[in-house]
Amino acid sequence: MSIKTKNLTHIYMQGSPFEQTAIEDINLEIHDGEFVGLIGHTGSGKSTLIQHFNGLLSPTSGTVFVDGVDIFDKLADIKEIRQRVGMVFQYPEHQLFEETVFEDIAFGPKNLGLQEAEVRSRVREALEIVGLPYDEIKDKSPFELSGGQRRRVAIAGVLAMRPQTLILDEPTAGLDPKGKNEILSQIKTLHEKYNTTIILVSHSMEDIAKLADRIIVMDHGSIALSGTPREVFTQARLLEDIGLDVPQITKLMLRLKERKLPVTNKIFTVDQAVAELKKVLGGNSHD
Amino acid sequence: MSMNEIIKASGLVYKYDTEEEVAALDNVNLSINKGEFVVIIGHNGSGKSTLAKHLNALLRPTGGTVIIKGMDTRDPNLTWEIRQTAGMVFQNPDNQLVATVVEEDVAFGPENLGMPPEVIRERVDEALRIVNMSEYSSFAPHLLSGGQKQRVAIAGIIAMRPECIILDEPTAMLDPVGRKEVMDTIKKLNKTERITIIHITHFMEEAVDADRVYVMESGKVVLQGKPKEVFKQVERIKQLGLDVPQITELAYRLNKEGFDIPPDILTVEEMVDVLCP
Repeated sequence: MSIKTKNLTHIYMQGSPFEQTAIEDINLEIHDGEFVGLIGHTGSGKSTLIQHFNGLLSPTSGTVFVDGVDIFDKLADIKEIRQRVGMVFQYPEHQLFEETVFEDIAFGPKNLGLQEAEVRSRVREALEIVGLPYDEIKDKSPFELSGGQRRRVAIAGVLAMRPQTLILDEPTAGLDPKGKNEILSQIKTLHEKYNTTIILVSHSMEDIAKLADRIIVMDHGSIALSGTPREVFTQARLLEDIGLDVPQITKLMLRLKERKLPVTNKIFTVDQAVAELKKVLGGNSHD
Repeated sequence: MSMNEIIKASGLVYKYDTEEEVAALDNVNLSINKGEFVVIIGHNGSGKSTLAKHLNALLRPTGGTVIIKGMDTRDPNLTWEIRQTAGMVFQNPDNQLVATVVEEDVAFGPENLGMPPEVIRERVDEALRIVNMSEYSSFAPHLLSGGQKQRVAIAGIIAMRPECIILDEPTAMLDPVGRKEVMDTIKKLNKTERITIIHITHFMEEAVDADRVYVMESGKVVLQGKPKEVFKQVERIKQLGLDVPQITELAYRLNKEGFDIPPDILTVEEMVDVLCP
């Protein structure tokens, strides 16, 4: 499914002393089946932006089209749009409230009025996608689980609605490297196997570089850059200017280039760097 | 206990449930000197937060001892003095601020110590200056960024003038800018204010400048030493479910490929100097 914004502007507390323009005149399009990484430092407007994609926030001006339908039109069925555009907030595990894992994940599908058998099969499927064993975990209290497991249960609750587009706001924040890698690989599977359109908000350039087809960089409520990871990371100076971390490896390549070592700066993973340096340093090898 | 030692854990064992067979902390030995900057790393569930909570008597040992500046944490009469010696900063900035105005929040500790108003004023101003938040003294905390909130939380601890601060994943919920603000503040507290720092994290980059690193796994200390000594064990670190900095991994792999590059490089600068001397 596609999401398109037209002159989207949002001003918080308009008319008060705390008035703040969070996003201004945003025009972007996210295509069906795309994996988009959304980057920007805190306050750049990315959370405000994504909350318009399923109508959680209403624009001050401009609008959003989901599959060509203006979702802020009076006649639009916003409830139905929220089923199709699923949203995983930051620290979604704080939103778990039911007594068992099963009940928590089943909450959404039940509210859709689905039959019991269908609800059960959706819960099973959602748990499978997030890599948790249904039989072992369904009757547990969410509070018996580890932080990483709780987060995956919360994500499963959104997946059980079978959204065509999934928006995840910092889904790995606060997790250790292992928990982080697990969740990222599940998101990747969701995209590849179920063709779900993914919008991933993250501060980690390294993670986004590995996963996204396209990166959108936000700064001060506007889109500062948009392109493939390669196109975006070659703009390292610009990224640093707007206060974003470039992958350490890209930083290294830039510094080596400044010292006249003939390396390319279109590199952002350790694998790429090993290959490039082997090529460039060939003679240094002592074997 | 040596003159310089401020924290000592000996044979520390902790079980959340005494019936439980698995110990959250299993024979941990720790010795931290005054003025040190120590980083404790480990993945979730490795026991690092449980350890942290023993260092200011939020938890008491099931077995073994924890001595803070000569005070045994098992003695409930010493709890308040221990907590004034060793202050604690937690992960979630939103859970730590209690007042509606920044400076009132920072004043909360000194007020509870029953200090005269002019002393409180002085301590609050000084604490906010140290964390670079003076200009926000009359702000409401909810208008601040995560990094700013965390610095206010740190100011609230500094206002109590502790000799030692334990920070339990203070950067886990912050963005890169907030992380840098907090890390700069922590390093400044250590270098300029000479406060002993125990920083708990799973971001390896934050351990690069430490004097010493402890790595925890299953309630035990499994590695310790200077950052270089610890991080060059790339395979071991990965096996423990942790990441090494990208640069260290690159150095390690080039070294394995036969290049004349030390495997214990931690920063971009070091790598540039090795490759382009």
